[in-house]
Amino acid sequence: MSINRTSLIQIWTVLYLAAALVLSGCAKKEEPKVPFKIGGIFAITGPASFLGEPERNSMELLAEQINEKGGINGHAIDLVIYDTEGDATKAVLNATKLIEKDNVLAIVGPSRSGTTLAVVPIVEKAQVPLLSCAASVKITTPVKKWVFKTPQTDVMAVAKIYEYMKAQGIKTIAILTVGNAFGDSGRQQLIQQAPDYGFQVVADERFGPKDTDMTPQLTKIRSLRPGAIVCWGTNPGPAVVAKNMRQLGIRIPLYQSHGVASKKFIELAGEAANGIVLPTGKISVTKNLPDSDPQKATLMKYITDYEAKYNSAVSGFGGYAWDGLQILAQALEKAGNDRAKIRDEIEKLTNYVGVSGIFRFSPQDHNGLTKEEAFVMVKIANGDWQVIQ
Amino acid sequence: MNRVLRYKSFQVGSFGLLLALVPLLVTNRYYLTVMVFIGIHTLLVVGLNLLMGYAGQISLGHAAFFGLGAYTSGILTTTYHVSPWPAMVAAVVLTVTVALLVGIPALKLTGYYLAMATLGFGIIIHICFKELVWLTGGPSGLVGIPTLGIGKIMLDEPKAYYCLVWVATTAAIALSLNIVDSRVGRALRAIHDSESAAGASGISTSRLKIWVFAVSAVYASVAGSLYAHFITFISPSSFDFMFSVKLVTMVVVGGMASIWGAVFGAATLTVLPEVLTTFHDYDIVLFGLILMVVMIFMPQGLTRGALDIWDKYRFQRQRSLLVNR
Amino acid sequence: MAGLRIVLADALDDQRRTASAMDLGTQIVQYLISGITIGAIYAVIALGFTIIYNATEVINFAQGEFVMLGGMAVIALDGSGYLPLALCFVLGVLAVTVVGILLERLTIRPVKVANPITLIIITVGASIFLRGGAMMLWGKDSLALRPFTGAQPIHMGGATLVPQSLWVLGVTLVVMTGLQVFYKHTITGKAMRACAFNRRAASLMGISVNRMVLVSFALSAAIGAAAGIVIVPITLCGYDVGTMLGLKGFCAAVLGGLGSSPGSILGGFLLGVLEALGAGLISSGFKDAIAFFVLLLVLFVRPSGLLGPREIKRI
Repeated sequence: MSINRTSLIQIWTVLYLAAALVLSGCAKKEEPKVPFKIGGIFAITGPASFLGEPERNSMELLAEQINEKGGINGHAIDLVIYDTEGDATKAVLNATKLIEKDNVLAIVGPSRSGTTLAVVPIVEKAQVPLLSCAASVKITTPVKKWVFKTPQTDVMAVAKIYEYMKAQGIKTIAILTVGNAFGDSGRQQLIQQAPDYGFQVVADERFGPKDTDMTPQLTKIRSLRPGAIVCWGTNPGPAVVAKNMRQLGIRIPLYQSHGVASKKFIELAGEAANGIVLPTGKISVTKNLPDSDPQKATLMKYITDYEAKYNSAVSGFGGYAWDGLQILAQALEKAGNDRAKIRDEIEKLTNYVGVSGIFRFSPQDHNGLTKEEAFVMVKIANGDWQVIQ
Repeated sequence: MNRVLRYKSFQVGSFGLLLALVPLLVTNRYYLTVMVFIGIHTLLVVGLNLLMGYAGQISLGHAAFFGLGAYTSGILTTTYHVSPWPAMVAAVVLTVTVALLVGIPALKLTGYYLAMATLGFGIIIHICFKELVWLTGGPSGLVGIPTLGIGKIMLDEPKAYYCLVWVATTAAIALSLNIVDSRVGRALRAIHDSESAAGASGISTSRLKIWVFAVSAVYASVAGSLYAHFITFISPSSFDFMFSVKLVTMVVVGGMASIWGAVFGAATLTVLPEVLTTFHDYDIVLFGLILMVVMIFMPQGLTRGALDIWDKYRFQRQRSLLVNR
Repeated sequence: MAGLRIVLADALDDQRRTASAMDLGTQIVQYLISGITIGAIYAVIALGFTIIYNATEVINFAQGEFVMLGGMAVIALDGSGYLPLALCFVLGVLAVTVVGILLERLTIRPVKVANPITLIIITVGASIFLRGGAMMLWGKDSLALRPFTGAQPIHMGGATLVPQSLWVLGVTLVVMTGLQVFYKHTITGKAMRACAFNRRAASLMGISVNRMVLVSFALSAAIGAAAGIVIVPITLCGYDVGTMLGLKGFCAAVLGGLGSSPGSILGGFLLGVLEALGAGLISSGFKDAIAFFVLLLVLFVRPSGLLGPREIKRI
């Protein structure tokens, strides 16, 4: 018994010594530079997980790629990612934790408009650059010093749809929006911009994010005979709307938002998806883009890499975080380990070709996208996207 | 009586002292922010515990009172430029009015029917927060709520806010301890045990129930105002049905009919999800699992559960001492 | 010019108004169809609540999760592509029944001091656990299931109905009559009724109350799963749909009167119809508020629900 114990101790001592030697040897060989610590806060679980999960995945994928290439000027990227569950209180806690405890250089996220607005005061006070992945125009208008965002705004999306609808000779519209921040922000834009295009909004209906039946709203809308229905929401609600319209035999043209611009929507709505028109980032129609399109190469690479690593279909949402980290990486290359300089470099960035568009930041514009470049109009036919020229 | 009073002031005093030590030792803003949320939750849970633990009346709509406090403070200070402190008083007045309007018919119900009525009330208020866009900002929320200040000192640092929140919470705890040990408190416990017996011994049960309902609404309203001025942005999803359930869970996990249990429950269930974030996607499963296990093995809540285990341990040690002798 | 435009718009409005007055009847028929379909599901979920309540006096907050699990399980089984849908249905119901049995065995049975509020929080924990488990197993996206038979809507006057709605009503009818037969004509069913009336008396008569509680969880899980499966082709299904459905089912059970099966059914259909009419005729944003407002009014007038037993004060 006692022999056993001593020999065990000896073995352990030898092992420890060996380990210490190996470790110290490594440390001496090459001194790795301090990694750049970047934070991410996404709604990875909860009602907005369809945003948060691809965002987290994309960010991890890109960080891995950057580190494989030897990092940024020799500094590896060290990601710290937290889950907001789409909840404002959680988001505030996460942001504080990233800034005060993990001491990150910059933050990508949050995924939702509400959570972003909740953390804005914190990053403004702590002076940490934030690259939000949320849609609402309120995030960057008015411009806040430390806050940027990568997705297209709902202002652009509504303008893009309305332009197309006007060309179709539509005069009256019914809007059907989901009762969360995305739907609400879209609804405000739809109502606000309607007079600019000469549209009359004859119905303004709402549905809950977890509602399972929209036939009452659609029945009411049908009785008002609008020229078109615009539905603003994220899955699964809009898919139910499309199905319910088939079920009721309503033949009014249906327009959807970029919130459903993923293969998932077509899968959910099935047959009922055909004929729906919506604006989408170029990512959904990458293979149909002409080779001359400046974004095509970026998009192809992102899609192949993502689908190879995660074995699931890519959506435009992950691209928001991808763009966020790319922009940060470019800024980090020039600015190094300094939050204020990183912010300045982001603001100076005017030629980043990303997934969601070509970004041209300026002190007046912390989103940097235009609606012409950020969106294409597509029609769903035979379960696939068709670009409308 | 005097001894009880002295014991109580000793409890509250040492609790206050302990809290006063925290900002001296902890300087990290993250931990202080967590402590602020614990304070706000404690305020809510202490109030709800008066209603549930002492009066035996369940409320599944407490998030509504919390939300009414937050939204009244938020709307008055942003849209109407009222200064925060009067706005907070207005919030309390409004919340109590609503509590009375709902409480007077609702508290005639018992058991699950009362639970359902408060649940329905909570959902109606939540929908109002969402749909009255012109007033509340709708699902996008209300931005730009000012932080609180005393005189010219702005309490915009977590440390300052920590002090404010915990002064309020400690005061609420002290008040609740007094209520619990007063004539009213004994009457409440009588209602808890048997409403008819309490009524027969001359207690005005319906008036007392409404009174305690209003008191817990006041606590929730103040907590709501403090929350709104701390995070400066509010949206309806913070005041939904799930939050009401979370509050009830805090009461039960801490231990019903125990003011200190409420503190414990609020702290545990605020910190637990933060600790579980290290498990990423598994955290929700683990949270459910921990909740079930705690309730199965400590059905009286953590405080009573811990005391039971301590008693058992002491008993066993005494027995083993006896046997050894 | 502007004046002319206003006159034109008014004329358009008038036309629209007459049009809507003309088909208001059809509209209401359509609202009723929607309301009855979703109401049938609420009714079955409410029955699930009632079964467990009668055996244990506990409200099982994981009831909605049974519905979700049923839906998700069948989508997964059907997606594998080997099995006919009917078999998937049966397997789905069986799987969820097993979950119900495990839930009772592992979480309700071990609690020694059976305080209802403690048991309720346990079911809350169980619902969070099951939701999280479903999320890890099947992911976070919503999933779709093909309709049992055809998707071509059936026209009834101006209103339309999908064949799946008939399936929903059919399955609801089968569940309801099945339960009646079970309660009235089997020994176990009779024993469960005895437990519902008076547990101690039942146990003195030699009925194993523990076994009845187990049966109630199994039964309640099974019919919840059936409801979930039959509604999925219409509504889609995701890991997080259970909470809302459970809430509505609880609401229906209380509206009808806790513990009363006919009450649950009435409450379910009433809630469904109220929601649909509220959304169509008053305001879609406030539709849930309207339904809950009516519920509050009913409770204030009849404190134990529509068909609930009159309160007996025990001293």
